[in-house]
Amino acid sequence: MTNELDIFVGNTTLIDEDVYRLWLDGYSVSDAVGLRVRSGILEQTGATAGVLQSDTMDHYRTFHMLERLLHTPPKLLHQLVFQIPPSRQALLIERYYAFDEAFVREVLGKKLSKGTKKDLDDISTKTGVTLKSCRRQFDNFKRVFKVVEEMRGSLAGNIQQHFLLSDRLARDYAAVVFFANNRFETGKKKLQYLTFGDLAFCAELMIQNWTPGAVGEQPPDPPPYSQVDDMDVDLDKEFLQDLKELKVLVADKDLLDLHKSLVCTALRGKLSVFPEMEANFKNLSRGLVNIASKLTHTKDVRDLFVDLVEKFIEPCRSDRWPLNDVRLFLNQYSASVHSLDGFRHQALWDRYMVTLRSCLLRMYHD
Amino acid sequence: MPGKLKVKIVAGRHLPVMDRASDLTDAFVEVKFGNMTFKTDVYHKSLNPQWNSEWFKFEVDDEDLQDEPLQITVLDHDTYSANDAIGKVYIDIDPLLYSEAATVISGWFPIYDTIHGIRGEINVVVKVDLFNDLNRFRQSSCGVKFFCTTSIPKCYRAVIIHGFVEELVVNEDPEYQWIDRIRTPRASNEARQRLISLMSGELQRKIGLKVLEMRGNAVVGYLQCFDLEGESGLVVRAIGTACTLDKLSSTAAFLPACNSPSKEMKEIPFNEDPNPNTHSSGPSTPLKNQTYSFSPSKSYSRQSSSSDTDLSLTPKTGMGSGSAGKEGGPFKALLRQQTQSALEQREFPFFTLTAFPPGFLVHVGGVVSARSVKLLDRIHNPDEPETRDAWWAEIRQEIKSHAKALGCHAVVGYSESTSICEEVCILSASGTAAVLNPRFLQDGTVEGCLEQRQEENLPAGCGFCHIPYDELNMPFPAHLTYCYSCRKQKVPDVLFTTIDLPTDATVIGKGCLIQARLCRLKKKAQAEANATAISNLLPFMEYEVHTQLMNKLKLKGMNALFGLRIQITVGENMLMGLASATGVYLTALPTPGGIQIAGKTPNDGSYEQHISHMQKKINDTIAKNKELYEINPPEIPEEIIGSPIPEPRQRSRLLRSQSESSDEVIELDLSHGKKDAFVLEIDDTDAMEDVHSLLTDVPPPSGFYSCNTEIMPGINNWTSEIQMFTSVRVSRLSNINLTNQTLNKNFNDLCENLLKSLYFKLRSMIPCCLCHVNFTVSLPEDELIQVTVTAVAITFDKHQAVQTTKTHVEKSLQRASTDNEELLQFPLELCTDSLGSHPFSPAKAVSVEKASPLTEGHFRQRSAPACANSTVGVVKMTPLSFIPGAKITKYLGIINMFFIRETTSLREEGGVSGFLHAFIAEVFAMVRAHVAALGGNAVVSYIMKQCVFMENPNKNQAQCLINVSGDAVIFVRESELEIISTQQPIASCQPACGGGEIAT
Repeated sequence: MTNELDIFVGNTTLIDEDVYRLWLDGYSVSDAVGLRVRSGILEQTGATAGVLQSDTMDHYRTFHMLERLLHTPPKLLHQLVFQIPPSRQALLIERYYAFDEAFVREVLGKKLSKGTKKDLDDISTKTGVTLKSCRRQFDNFKRVFKVVEEMRGSLAGNIQQHFLLSDRLARDYAAVVFFANNRFETGKKKLQYLTFGDLAFCAELMIQNWTPGAVGEQPPDPPPYSQVDDMDVDLDKEFLQDLKELKVLVADKDLLDLHKSLVCTALRGKLSVFPEMEANFKNLSRGLVNIASKLTHTKDVRDLFVDLVEKFIEPCRSDRWPLNDVRLFLNQYSASVHSLDGFRHQALWDRYMVTLRSCLLRMYHD
Repeated sequence: MPGKLKVKIVAGRHLPVMDRASDLTDAFVEVKFGNMTFKTDVYHKSLNPQWNSEWFKFEVDDEDLQDEPLQITVLDHDTYSANDAIGKVYIDIDPLLYSEAATVISGWFPIYDTIHGIRGEINVVVKVDLFNDLNRFRQSSCGVKFFCTTSIPKCYRAVIIHGFVEELVVNEDPEYQWIDRIRTPRASNEARQRLISLMSGELQRKIGLKVLEMRGNAVVGYLQCFDLEGESGLVVRAIGTACTLDKLSSTAAFLPACNSPSKEMKEIPFNEDPNPNTHSSGPSTPLKNQTYSFSPSKSYSRQSSSSDTDLSLTPKTGMGSGSAGKEGGPFKALLRQQTQSALEQREFPFFTLTAFPPGFLVHVGGVVSARSVKLLDRIHNPDEPETRDAWWAEIRQEIKSHAKALGCHAVVGYSESTSICEEVCILSASGTAAVLNPRFLQDGTVEGCLEQRQEENLPAGCGFCHIPYDELNMPFPAHLTYCYSCRKQKVPDVLFTTIDLPTDATVIGKGCLIQARLCRLKKKAQAEANATAISNLLPFMEYEVHTQLMNKLKLKGMNALFGLRIQITVGENMLMGLASATGVYLTALPTPGGIQIAGKTPNDGSYEQHISHMQKKINDTIAKNKELYEINPPEIPEEIIGSPIPEPRQRSRLLRSQSESSDEVIELDLSHGKKDAFVLEIDDTDAMEDVHSLLTDVPPPSGFYSCNTEIMPGINNWTSEIQMFTSVRVSRLSNINLTNQTLNKNFNDLCENLLKSLYFKLRSMIPCCLCHVNFTVSLPEDELIQVTVTAVAITFDKHQAVQTTKTHVEKSLQRASTDNEELLQFPLELCTDSLGSHPFSPAKAVSVEKASPLTEGHFRQRSAPACANSTVGVVKMTPLSFIPGAKITKYLGIINMFFIRETTSLREEGGVSGFLHAFIAEVFAMVRAHVAALGGNAVVSYIMKQCVFMENPNKNQAQCLINVSGDAVIFVRESELEIISTQQPIASCQPACGGGEIAT
């Protein structure tokens, strides 16, 4: 005797968090049943394997029906078919849009296109995340990207409004969208040590300070050109163009020497790696300023993180700078510029350095 | 023109994409009532159109208002070809037709298509202006209230319970008309939905007319059913109990029925000079109980052997559809005669109620049931459905005669059902024979009050257990003993009933769901031969079901069944019987003897051993069950029970029996060996199987209880967490070697596994009770068994002491005190939460209210910009007549909906399970939307009356028909009520969520 049909429908939709997790993780029904059996649930409840199978199938079917709504979370709130308490709705959405660290590191900065989608097989093998789950996460990225790509206003805010995510998750998605849009390279071997958290942190700062939306008060009636540049998703082209002006800091030898002496005077006796700093100052400064001046080229924007690691983090790391010394140095390095009389681009420098300093400090670890 | 219907189409949302090119839709709406149609403008290129139409006005007869549904069709405008239908909404405007119910229907309705399911929502506002019509010969019955609830609705008081009303209408089934061959499945489904909607409207109106004729104003326990007879037509029939109800004015008023003089009700005749003082001044009527036992039932029970003869003394007006409204003038005679005659005036003294006002039920005789097998033939003239009427009249007559045989003049908990397979139809009716108090029956009002006063003096609620029939002339063999509560009257050893456990009944321990399951193979046959074969099998099935129930009851150590429902289903090659009931231990009835196994071949040693082994197992199970269900009745010495002279003083006796029982502990548990033990003879393998199957029923896991009645005896500390659900299973039998045994086993496993699955699924609600568990079995095809279960899981508070008090005041007091206890336990949390503003206010408990979505603060805040003011209000659904921890403040009208869903892409929709799962979820959604639009926040007495599922996997097709009903209500949490009454200032008090929250 076999059950042809086996369903359970509650007036309030039953959501089993554990099964939802298994479903999100991309396990098939039979795998999920196996995992549940191993969790000892049969002993706890005295249920049989058949009961577990039926229950798992039922939950999977429910999730499958809910998935269409989860693609546009506001619909989940307004739909009438599934009566789900608000707290549960929030949980469903939040978990559906949550992603694996391992997975996001693989696709961060990549174009969210069909080409990448084909690579998901490899990513799945590499990360151990099931292909099904990879697809869901990738599709989530893509969907969010498509919706907010052309939108004006705060990126994280837009994401939160259209996908009803928690503040934290919305900001993570903002980072994903920002990386995908600017195609920052993050996959190089020397960047592997960076966590998603590091990169998201940097992205958030860049969104805050380096995009057109960052200039502060947003014009109520925006001039036509700003419609081309999205407020939060693209870097501020004008700003990038202006960054060329910083070149004088390393090109003008006097200015460079003055800068060095100011920093060294201030830090003497305070750094454990003072001699190394003194010896490397010009290299480091050149590195940081050159990165800024090259950002007009899309290629160099993409390599921003590679450059930061190569030009600053690796040299410091090889000299075993402690984090605190890096902090002291960067603080002094950016502050001293204000005392350079010949340098006229103080505001520009701050806009660049405040963000860069925080990024570098965050990225400075093993 | 006694009515004006006004409809406004506001907006749509989430519409499907109808134009692939633009990914948008050009939607407009057709509003149709009767033959009139209005259209809105086309709202171009939007999935969220804002029509904001004018008010469409229909001027119609109230007859049409009752019969016709309002039909709203959403279409996609197409310039070049025919407009595509997106879907429809049918709105039953009946709730707007009586004054106390809803005044406006307004809200978001799912747009439903029989092929695609729900496709977006539409916001509609509907109003009705009724003009008073003084025409005496009117055909409408506007103003008669309908309730599915099988008890007197919570905010009403029964002035008079008039009795049985029934009606049926027949029509050709559109699915079987010639035109069906050329029209689309969608058109055919819609024709059917519309027809059934019309027919139920008509049926309700006709029943309403009968109620008005009886001078009632409401129908309680209204049950409407469809018989899909296939070729021979479509029958819609309904039964109910006509009542005169009086709305309780204030929430605090819980006056006994006799306190308010009946002159308030203008409609009641014969009461022009009521004497409101009689109830306090008149002398008490002596020994009412004995009066009943002298009722002239003897003569009837003799007659009853010749079943169908006309038993009633009154002239009858044919067996046709007219059954009601023959109440004669007032009788001035003895009380019993009055009752007797008041009931005999009725053609059928039946009541569909299962719970009664206190004092209404005097004695219960037992279950009466009747079945008959009929061959369906084409209904030639739909306007005069004589055959169907005659069939039911015959069955009812039989029920009536059975009741008489039990010395009862009435049948309560009455219901009717059918099972159809091809051209054979089994008609079934069952109920509980009872003796009723005439107080609520027409002119017995004055004496009734006296009786109630008298009854209040009785110590224990054992009266209903006392036998109504004559001891010397019993209709069936039964062991009678003196009542264990009052020791005065005789009681049977077991009691089977179809009603709920009376509130005043005293019970020991908890109850449990008891099911008897049975299959019988039958040869495939045609017409007459088939009907004969079925008729021959029926008595055996009834007998076996009964035996199984009895065995299982004994095994549980209990002595009474409530809510008994026996369903016999006919299929092509088998018959299935499924009986469900709730077993309890009634204090008034004797302790059940155990089950004793006796072998036929006593000489065989190993056999003997086997028997004794079985016996031990059974005894162990009984002992285990007694522990599980907390059945520990006080032992009562034999002499007392056997004493033929009843003790004269009632009160002292009660006390004595308790003290004695504690003295006689030595005589413990010999009851198994007593003479009244139930003997099971094992004479062949069949019987062996039976014993085995007895022992295979697994008790629910700890923390779970189940019953099929409204409430679980022995549990009354419910929390407000409820979960109604429907579960469906279809099982395919392997065709090889089908025998009765394998079939029985399969069926048994199917039901047991289904229950196990339910327990597992709902494990997060432990401690919890499944209430009103309702199983239905159908045999859609040769090898398919379909079992559908609807029930509600209610969490109860394990730690809170079980309260034994039953009055409202005490209950609320207790609630208040527990609230206070909670406050004391968590003083810190409270203070921080309320920012110390009002540390003593119990408002916290209220604000964590689950039913109001807006109070889930953190979520609202987080997503405030997106979902402000558009959260969907929660609508609770329950098969019970009440909502635990809440008070129903208003009944908004009956919900009675019929849906068809069909698919030609079964695989793509997730197979049969995916298809039906989605459909049932959609049905729930549509019920909730209608309730919310009426301004309600719950459906009580919800029932899924039909779920007919047909599949054809080879063609990738499936079809399902679902019929549901219930009462739309507004409820308020008791905790909120208390706060209002104590006038604590709170911010988050929402007396009625639901409709109000739905954005317009």
